[in-house]
Amino acid sequence: MSRVILKMNDIHKKFPGVYALKNAQLDLEYGEVHALLGENGAGKSTLIKVLGGIYKPDQGEIYFKDEKIDINSVHDAQARGISIIHQEICLVPYMTVAENFFLGREADKSKSLFGSVDDNRMNLEAQEILDQLDLDISATQKVDSLSIAKQQMVEIAKALLKESSIIVMDEPTASLSGKEVDKLFDTIKKLKKKDIAIIYISHRMEELFKICDKVTVMRDGEYIGTRETTKTTMDELIMMMVGRELKDLYVKGEHQIGEPILEVRHLSNDKLKNINFKLHKGELLGISGLVGAGRSELAKALFGIDKISEGQVILEGKEISIASPLQAMKNGIALVPESRKEEGLVLIGQVGFNITLPVIEQFDKGYALDNEHEDCLINQYIKSLNIKTPSASQIVGNLSGGNQQKIVIAKWLASNPKVLILDEPTRGVDVGAKGEIYGIMTELVKSGVSIIMISSELPEVINMSDRVLVMHGGQITGELQKEELEQEKIMKLATGGI
Amino acid sequence: MQMEAKVNMPKRQGFGHKVLNGLLGYLKDNMGILVGFGVLCGALAIMSDAFLTPSNIMNVLRQATTNANLAIGLTLALIINGIDLSVGPILAISGTLTSGLIANNGVPIPIAILIGITLGTSLGFVNGKIISKTGIPPFIVTLAMMQIARGAAYVYTNGMPIRVMNESYNFLGNGYLGPIPLPIIYTTVLMVSVGYILTRTKLGRHIYAVGGNIDAARYSGINIAKVQLFVYTLSGFLAAFSGIILCARMYSGQPSVGTGYELDAIAASVLGGTSFTGGVGKIGGTLIGVLVISVLNNGLNLMNVNSFWQLIAKGIVILVAVYFDMMKKKAKPKTA
Repeated sequence: MSRVILKMNDIHKKFPGVYALKNAQLDLEYGEVHALLGENGAGKSTLIKVLGGIYKPDQGEIYFKDEKIDINSVHDAQARGISIIHQEICLVPYMTVAENFFLGREADKSKSLFGSVDDNRMNLEAQEILDQLDLDISATQKVDSLSIAKQQMVEIAKALLKESSIIVMDEPTASLSGKEVDKLFDTIKKLKKKDIAIIYISHRMEELFKICDKVTVMRDGEYIGTRETTKTTMDELIMMMVGRELKDLYVKGEHQIGEPILEVRHLSNDKLKNINFKLHKGELLGISGLVGAGRSELAKALFGIDKISEGQVILEGKEISIASPLQAMKNGIALVPESRKEEGLVLIGQVGFNITLPVIEQFDKGYALDNEHEDCLINQYIKSLNIKTPSASQIVGNLSGGNQQKIVIAKWLASNPKVLILDEPTRGVDVGAKGEIYGIMTELVKSGVSIIMISSELPEVINMSDRVLVMHGGQITGELQKEELEQEKIMKLATGGI
Repeated sequence: MQMEAKVNMPKRQGFGHKVLNGLLGYLKDNMGILVGFGVLCGALAIMSDAFLTPSNIMNVLRQATTNANLAIGLTLALIINGIDLSVGPILAISGTLTSGLIANNGVPIPIAILIGITLGTSLGFVNGKIISKTGIPPFIVTLAMMQIARGAAYVYTNGMPIRVMNESYNFLGNGYLGPIPLPIIYTTVLMVSVGYILTRTKLGRHIYAVGGNIDAARYSGINIAKVQLFVYTLSGFLAAFSGIILCARMYSGQPSVGTGYELDAIAASVLGGTSFTGGVGKIGGTLIGVLVISVLNNGLNLMNVNSFWQLIAKGIVILVAVYFDMMKKKAKPKTA
């Protein structure tokens, strides 16, 4: 018997104006972890949606367990044991883990007396699966009491329950910290042993080499090639992805670091304890730490989202009060928030609408807005940040993650900030756009803007920062100069070890 | 840095060109409901000789004005992902108070109107204040206000209609400017003004942003409380104004006036393409929604369909129209 479980051949899918998939293909074997790699917009998600029955291909063949099949609906896909774990967590927060597991299937799993839902049995079965994966989660816990990482694990366990033969994981590590990623990888290895095939989508290249057996690269909706991870290099994969050689992802020229511009003294609130640091003009200060260390909370406090209960913030020698984002903006502080979809963008709004939202004041003529000057500014940013959009009136939700992120950055550049806080600036962004975002950051510090960059990606922190603060438990546990930046040192401080 | 590149001003569009583009965009945006509206009018014109007479058309339009005024407020409330259930009762208390002050207390008309409008606007302001300060859902806050204002109208009138026969006051509701009934003129002015605010001003941007994504709006430095306060206060003002005009037209202030009007206003907004999840909606669309409901009522009246059946017909039309609108939006391709 062949080891091939899934064969997708010559898949084509057209949307009006976009040829999303042309000649895409994928061969998957039992017990294999197979990465699907490509920039945003390369067609990965469309291909997955074809597999999951969300889109119907215009052309192409799908063989599943040596049988030619049509996948006409999400139900079809699920019935065959194809589970897709989406990037966004799809659990009902107010229900228990077990209730989530059996959502919509309570009846067939628990035909007890009087047809009532058999909670005990559901809990037991759910617990069994959680234990199989060594997850430290109780089936009777409410989902909203779990960390994001654990919720993700619950999603995976849920797929197991359905007796899946193929599990697709879309950016499973996007919101996980180092230790949690290890845990996830352990789980994946266990799934492999059960002969389950896994399609793994991630922008983090290091991970692919750690966990995947094979990589299929896509570009512009086309199949480019498949490689075994042991027989390829990161450079080769990147070249396949972008279609050209990518010299040095982290472009960082020389730049002048000036006088201190921002000083934070003894800052505390209910999530932060006694934060002290200085930021210099033209400096790129990295903030590292694990999820929950208080990094985003620091950003929120400095931007007036969260209240500061104690301490001082001194900007250019003067103490300032930051009680609202508007006040922060007026003082020249800007924040590109962690989650672009929830906090960064009005997804149903147009590109232009979003870019000028914080600075619309500039175009207020009193009786109306000056649309002509506004359009100029919008087009200028679309051009200078290389935002790939058909026009300024495109709806933001229709663009790729990388382009969305550039729009959030454009929003804040338009306000001409002195201090720009970037919270996970390249999360869920493809390599090409990543390089461009690093380029923008470099340009900014060269022009004298000071940047605070919060990031969970160590290579990014190490290569981009002039100096790094490490946080743990709401406190700054250490400061590392450029010369001292090493992964181990950062991790030690991040986990609270001295 | 590179962002300070040369500013290339786009070519100025001619005014005529702009108007034409705007009109085409309007037709395109509202294609579905416009076609439905056309079919409805065509069918009524064939079935009833009275439908297309100038006097009937004016009649339909005048009757539409109250709903139109309220629907402006509701459209804004829905755009910011809220709702205002209190417009009917606010209309009633403002209308009866003004009528009462004129008829019973001999208060000069402008002052009575001012007091009536101030009261309704204040109630809207209170709605906005509570919603923005406490975070109680708008549905609940305005549901409570709905009861309070309706109760107040009954308390004030003691449950009895207040007859008001004052020529100048009644003229405000029944008068004409040339061939056009005054209420149509008021409504036109209100719609154009609010439409202008929505499409051309900073406040308009903020309204769409708050409805589109309240967190992103907060992170963009937008004062959300201010936007909410504006919308609910405006809605209160529009209700008060409509109440005063309506009572002037009917020669009486009835405490039960405007019962269920909030639902007609919501229906008109939704028919006109306003999203129930916020962030989407236009005054131009709402106008068509208002007209559909009025023409439907008028047509069924002309054909002597009894009013109980009219309710059923209205319900079905709303469901069908919104369903088609949703299908149309779903069919729109998502690119990239």
